[in-house]
Amino acid sequence: MPSFVPYLVHTLFPPGVLLPDILLIDFGLICAGIGVIVLLTKTRRWGWLWYDWLTTVDHKKIAILYLIASLVMLMRGGIDALMLRAQLALPTTHFMPASQYDEVFTTHGTIMVFFMGMPFIFALFNAVVPLMIGARDVAFPRLNAMSYWLFAFGAILFNISFVIGGSPNAGWTAYPPYTGLAFNPGPGENYYFLALIIAGMGTTMTGINFLVTTLKMRAPGMSLMKMPMFVWSTMVTSALILFAFPPLTVALAMSLFDRLFGSHFFTLARGGMPMMYVNLFWLFGHPEVYILIIPLFGVFSEVVATFSKKVLFGYPVMVASIVAIMFLAYGTWVHHFFTMGAGPAVNAFFGLSTMLIAIPTGVKIFNWIFTMWGGRIQTTTAMLYQMAFIPVFMVGGATGILLAVVPADYQLHNSYFLVAHFHNVLIGGTLFGLLSGLYYWWPKMFGMKLNETQGKWAFWLFLIGFWVTFLPQYLLGLKGMTRRIYTYPLGFGWHDLNVISTFGAFIMGAAFVVLVYNIVWSLLYGERDLTGDPWDGRTLEWSLPSPVPEYNFPRIPVVHDRDAWWAMKQKGQSLADLRPEDVHDVEMPKNSPIPFLLGASFFVLGFGMTFAWWPIAIIGFVGIILCLLFSGFDYDDHHHLKADVIRQTEATLGRLQG
Amino acid sequence: MSLPLVDEHAQQLPLEFADEHESMKITGFWMFLVTDVLIFASLFSTYAVFHNSVAAGPTANQLFKMGPVLLETLLLLTSSFTIGLGIYAMRKGQVRALMAWTFLTILLGAGFVTTEIHDFVSFAALHATWHTSAFLSAFDILVGTHGAHVTFGIFWAVTLLFQLRKHGITERTARKIYTFSLYWHFLDIVWIFIFTFVYLNGKLG
Amino acid sequence: MFAQRLMESYRKLVLAALAAGAGLLSAGFSFGPKYVLLHPAGPVAKSELHVFILALELMAIVAVIVLALFFYAIVRFRDTAGNTAPYTPNWHSHTLLEVSVWILPAILLLFIAIPTVKTTFSLAHLPKGKDPVVIDVTSLTWKWLFEYPKQHIATVNYAVIPANRPVLFELTADSPMNTFWVPQLGGMEYTMPNRVLPLWLEADKAGTYWGHSGQFSGVGFEKMFFNVKAVSQKSFQTWTTTTASAHPMTLAAYDRLLKQTTVGDSTYGNYPADTFPTLASGFSLTGSGMYMVMHDKKGISYIPMVGS
Repeated sequence: MPSFVPYLVHTLFPPGVLLPDILLIDFGLICAGIGVIVLLTKTRRWGWLWYDWLTTVDHKKIAILYLIASLVMLMRGGIDALMLRAQLALPTTHFMPASQYDEVFTTHGTIMVFFMGMPFIFALFNAVVPLMIGARDVAFPRLNAMSYWLFAFGAILFNISFVIGGSPNAGWTAYPPYTGLAFNPGPGENYYFLALIIAGMGTTMTGINFLVTTLKMRAPGMSLMKMPMFVWSTMVTSALILFAFPPLTVALAMSLFDRLFGSHFFTLARGGMPMMYVNLFWLFGHPEVYILIIPLFGVFSEVVATFSKKVLFGYPVMVASIVAIMFLAYGTWVHHFFTMGAGPAVNAFFGLSTMLIAIPTGVKIFNWIFTMWGGRIQTTTAMLYQMAFIPVFMVGGATGILLAVVPADYQLHNSYFLVAHFHNVLIGGTLFGLLSGLYYWWPKMFGMKLNETQGKWAFWLFLIGFWVTFLPQYLLGLKGMTRRIYTYPLGFGWHDLNVISTFGAFIMGAAFVVLVYNIVWSLLYGERDLTGDPWDGRTLEWSLPSPVPEYNFPRIPVVHDRDAWWAMKQKGQSLADLRPEDVHDVEMPKNSPIPFLLGASFFVLGFGMTFAWWPIAIIGFVGIILCLLFSGFDYDDHHHLKADVIRQTEATLGRLQG
Repeated sequence: MSLPLVDEHAQQLPLEFADEHESMKITGFWMFLVTDVLIFASLFSTYAVFHNSVAAGPTANQLFKMGPVLLETLLLLTSSFTIGLGIYAMRKGQVRALMAWTFLTILLGAGFVTTEIHDFVSFAALHATWHTSAFLSAFDILVGTHGAHVTFGIFWAVTLLFQLRKHGITERTARKIYTFSLYWHFLDIVWIFIFTFVYLNGKLG
Repeated sequence: MFAQRLMESYRKLVLAALAAGAGLLSAGFSFGPKYVLLHPAGPVAKSELHVFILALELMAIVAVIVLALFFYAIVRFRDTAGNTAPYTPNWHSHTLLEVSVWILPAILLLFIAIPTVKTTFSLAHLPKGKDPVVIDVTSLTWKWLFEYPKQHIATVNYAVIPANRPVLFELTADSPMNTFWVPQLGGMEYTMPNRVLPLWLEADKAGTYWGHSGQFSGVGFEKMFFNVKAVSQKSFQTWTTTTASAHPMTLAAYDRLLKQTTVGDSTYGNYPADTFPTLASGFSLTGSGMYMVMHDKKGISYIPMVGS
């Protein structure tokens, strides 16, 4: 391990070539950083930043923080993808060197899974789950903020590798022994292991938080079978997180120990066994893909009912199917390595268990179609994503079945067929779901609608770009192209399809630009949502004004029906008939700097460990201890919101009688 | 968190469950223990896979000495008993007895950690460290993670003693002591598995 | 109006996609020879393609049903003025439908599951009554070493095999993991350090089949192409005899192969005894295999079998 200072010198002034693009981006980042500092100082916004955002424990604000982070990461991961595609369209040139290509596909995968997909999902959890169940916050607001800052500083640690050179380069799965020091010296993989451990702790805490929230904090009358489907999917996802992340943490920690402290878990020498890592990783990795899709099943269930103006078809079956998926998710991990010699009995078992998952998933698809059946479908942007999702996800599911056919997988494993399959489900399922949720709940989060025309432009570009990118990749798989190669001989007939695929990727890039334009335009000029219920919604979050006041509900609602708000509207009731005497003092969690400081301390610890520069690591460790101590002795973590303040707020919103 | 207590049963609940919000933290702590169970399960399975991968190093049978291990077991099991007595005192509202039992738990835990460190140092003298083999890497990380948990628990308990002295037994301190006792019993159970599957199995198996 | 136009264009688009898909399917396996997975050249690849196609066809049935229902629904139940379709906002349950969406896919999956299991087990057997050629394969950074234990010859980055005779590849690595894949002969298998995994393949006609690694292993990994040349049994014998007189591989030469480089093809008359599979100290052949392996002596002969 080089110590940090020589390493930094070596990185900034390397003996060989310094990649001009990285230098340029570093320069850009420094300029942007200075710009932000100047702007904050000029507009005197430092206090606003600290008191309103960095120390907040309000789930609605944390949702916005998650959303910003995940959109930034979507951009980074997307630019990575475009760089990869550009290189593959130009196989005879060195658009970038092989070493950089390896770093870029690693950061693309890792960022999209851990630093884009998951925080985007948590943004939706935080934005609406407490509102849907009639609660004033999550179960543990301060822990919630800690989760966010652990995630955020984990993401910063991961991304900083790019800025100062030496990104991880072993793929998002980081199989040993390639990640061992013998083949992979330098700090790169340390960033990966440490960033994922830190962000993973945050994720685990989020899982605990939302499991307790959905179990314990539902409004009176909301039994389990009256929960909105999105809340069900939150609960199931949280349980999956609880069981999935510990094996990952162990696998990452052992890899890190091999590198930093010379242990022999996955090394070539002294009895180490790389296969053990593969097992632990996918013991996490398979549930992880369901963590990335089940919440979006929830989103789609809400969206399809709202925009079909119809009750969700087969609610109990929908619940049963995600619970079934939750259990089956733990019984399929070997299908990621049928080609590692597990024997025909084991392979056959896991092939069948994988096919079994298709049944509950198929049931959901049918039920969404039956929900639209006999409805009145409004083609809003959110609904368009839902509608695009059904055929796209069906293709992804069908190719998933093909990969579960063990003998077929012997051929398709690690080929572009596989690459096309998982992008098919992750873009068609996860990303479309996230964007559907974004367009659906944006008015609730920000108080204005996203412009629909622009949104539809982005949608069509995404959908067309998606098919143009990934259909050729299925064919490339059949032509024998394997993943993670940065160039290929022209004789295999892979070039044309790669060019088409790259073209498609740039269409999706354009879609992202339109999406960002849509967001910025709508923040400035978007149609304000004055009713709080712009879509004629069905669940409790639409009973509140947009954006929602700090305390969420002036009076906790009593739930009698599954689509609680819809039923209230049918009965002519409204939460707007609030009488002054209904409002009492409310106990709210107090903002705290501890979560931010704890995350920062973990960052310092992780940064020190990445370079094996122990004094820095110790400073980080001491910071963590101090944060924990302070947190333990801090009994003053709540404040009372006076009934008068609430009455005044509600009166201003026109929701108070008399 | 904001609702006044209307639950009639609440009055009969032990103090640590009486406040809705504190009670929720106990639920959350159980969830945390689930994740910790899975951490240890992963470490145990790693150990099971690696326990014969001794390379050129010593085997479990050659290395383990049962004397210190029995002493560690005795100390930790006793400490689990003493924290149990502490909870009993807490339920009766006896803050001094609670503090005394917690203090004794800390001492026993410290004895456990000291013995364990001594054991590891003696292994290192025989060049049996995690540089030696995959078996020892797996052994060290499993037993070491448990030891680190106990060490953390000791410091946690010390901070609890200060909080008890300042606030006495309240809904909040009671909940904190109660979650600590859950944690401590959990570590005891993990140790029983380590004792059986690592030490006994290594010595006899 | 806008929504209606969008729906129209969506429908057209999807219809076009369907037509294109159907075209591709009917073009079927007249896909050119570059679609190596669709042009198997041996029994293993053929049986793998067979179950793949079967599953693909059954999946197409599901796709047609789902898409038909889906497009009917989104066209008929649009929220447009004057839509006469029945509006049933509270329709949420239909027992027969709800049961059949569980049962029917399950039945369909059975049709995929049974051949899957059968083929998986049958691929675990070497065909009976045929004496296999054994080739020990070691993946190195970033090249392939082929050693013929019976013939005592070694090659780098290419292998010669007899056609119409099963070949048992015994796979290991003295490097990060790779996968050994010759698409036209059959599916891949990992090469892993400290383990030996067996894979049998067979070419049923003479020809040159390219292979590649499917598992990323460093900056030279995309150069890990190799050729498997299937020749007649007679030519194979001639080749082994002439090759036996080539220069032997020394340990020094093996050490050079261990370096992180890419190299061209080479051929050796003999090779040091312990390059396979005692590459790492403390190595023992206890791994179970996709094709199970028994061993009597270190690195000499293994008998593939099912079960343990």
